[in-house]
Amino acid sequence: MYKQKPETPPGGIARRKFLGFIAAGAAISAVGFNSCTKDPTRIVYNDHVDLGVGDIAILNLAYVIEQLEAAFYTRVVASPYANMSNTERVLLTDIRDHEVAHREFFKSALNGNAVGALTPNFGTINFADRGSVLAAAKSFEDLGLTAYNGSAYLFKKSDYLLLAGKIVSVEARHAALIDNLISPASFADSLMINNNGLDAAKSPQEVVPLINSMLKDTKVIAPDLGIY
Amino acid sequence: MNLAKLIADIQNVDPEFEDRISPRRSVIKNMAQMGANVALAALPLAFGSLLNKAYGQTEADVNDVLNFALTFEYLEAWFYNQGLLQANLIPNADKAYFTAIAAHENEHVSFLKSALGSNAVPSPKFDLTAKGVFEDVLSNYDTYLAVANALEDTGVRAYKGQLVKLMGNQIILTAAMQIHSVEARHASAIRYLRMNRGVNISPWITGSATVFNDTGIAAFNANYIGENNLVQAGIDITTLKGLNGTVSSSTAVEAFDEPMDKASVLNILSLFTA
Repeated sequence: MYKQKPETPPGGIARRKFLGFIAAGAAISAVGFNSCTKDPTRIVYNDHVDLGVGDIAILNLAYVIEQLEAAFYTRVVASPYANMSNTERVLLTDIRDHEVAHREFFKSALNGNAVGALTPNFGTINFADRGSVLAAAKSFEDLGLTAYNGSAYLFKKSDYLLLAGKIVSVEARHAALIDNLISPASFADSLMINNNGLDAAKSPQEVVPLINSMLKDTKVIAPDLGIY
Repeated sequence: MNLAKLIADIQNVDPEFEDRISPRRSVIKNMAQMGANVALAALPLAFGSLLNKAYGQTEADVNDVLNFALTFEYLEAWFYNQGLLQANLIPNADKAYFTAIAAHENEHVSFLKSALGSNAVPSPKFDLTAKGVFEDVLSNYDTYLAVANALEDTGVRAYKGQLVKLMGNQIILTAAMQIHSVEARHASAIRYLRMNRGVNISPWITGSATVFNDTGIAAFNANYIGENNLVQAGIDITTLKGLNGTVSSSTAVEAFDEPMDKASVLNILSLFTA
C-alpha cells in the first residue's frame, strides 16, 4: 500500500515514521488510502487534523503558521506590554495586520481544502512583559521564515512557489525588525544565518512538531509528507 | 572539495538522490576517479553538471540565474565595501548594521562564485552615483541609506523573480530562498535605520492603489513598479476580512512583496555600471 512518491520529501524519515505508525496499530488503511489518493478530502481525527496532499499540504502548513502569528499579534496589540512605545505599537499593529491578511488569504485561496481554525497555546508567553513578547515574536517569525524557505522546493505548482516567495520576504522583514527591537543590529542572528550568508530553512518534518507545541487541543499531521 | 562527502551530504537531504542519478552511476564513479587527477577548481563545474542532470535542468538555465544573482551581489558587495571605507560616511552607532550586511553580501558573492566555478561572470565596474544621479552617495549618509534601501528592495525582487526558474532543483532553489530572505532582512534593517533618522518609511514596502514607490524618491520609480499589486492568486486582498472591516490597501501592499523580471533588474543595474 505504501509507495514512495516523487513528492514525498526526505524519505528516510517518512519510511521510519510510517513503520512506527504501523507498529502503533493505528488506522493503517485510512491513512494509507489518504496518502495514495488525489482526493483532497482529509481525514479528521479526534485530536489531529490532516493538512492534505501535495501542494495543499504545504499551503495548509503555511495557513496554520499564519493563524498562529495572527492570533499572537492580535493579542499583543489588544493587551500591550508595559511601556510599549508609540513606534512599537505602530509597527506591531502593522505586523498584526499583515498576518491577518496572510491568514485570510490562505483561507480564501485554499477554499474547501483549508483546515479549520486551530486554537493556539500561548502558555508560557507573558504578554505584559516586553522581553517575553518580543522573544515569542522572534520565534514565530523565525518559524515562519524557515518553514517557507525549507518547503518551497516541494511545490508542484509555480504560482504557489511565487506566492510563498511574496510572503516569506515580508516575514523576513518582520523577523529583522523584531530582532532590531530586541537588540540593535541583531537582524543577522548567527544562529539563523550561516557563514555562506544563507538564512535558515526547516523541512515540514521539523516544522510540524514546533507548530504542534504551540497548538492547544487539535494538532496537525501530514501523512502525505510522512508526518504522523 | 571532498566529492564523496558532498554526495553523502546530499543523500542526507535527499535520499532519492542516488535513484535520480542511478542510470548514471558510472558518472559518479568516473568523477570520483578523476577527482584525484583533476584540478580542484574544475570539480564544482563537473559536480554542477551532475546536479543538473539529476534534477532535470539544463546547466545553462541554472548558470544563467546564478550569474544574474552574482552580478547583483557584486554591486551590493561593492556598495557596502566602499561605504565602510569612507572615513566620515556611516555614523559609529550604525556601523554594526553595515559590517553585518557587507559580510553577507561578500559571502553571497563567494558562495555563488563557488557554485558556478569557471562559469562565473566577472564583476562589472560600478559607478555608485548612478551616472551622477546620486552624486553624494559616498559622502552623504542619508543619500547612502536611500540608495541602500532601493538596492535591497530590488535585490529581494530580483531573487523572487528567479525562483520559478529553479523549480525542480531542491538544492539551488532552497539556497536562492535562503539568500532572498537575507536580502529582505537587510531591506528591513536599512529601512529601520532611515525610520530612526526621521524618514517617513516602514521596514516593509507600503503603498496604495496609486502609490507604488514608498520611498518618495522619483529616481527609484523603476525599482518599485508593480509593488502596489493588490490581487494575489486572483483574490483581491482588499476584499478579505480584516480586524475592522476589510483589509486596507496599504496592508494589502505591505503583506506581499512583488517579483521583478530579469530585464527590468538589469536596466536598474546598468545605471550603476561604469
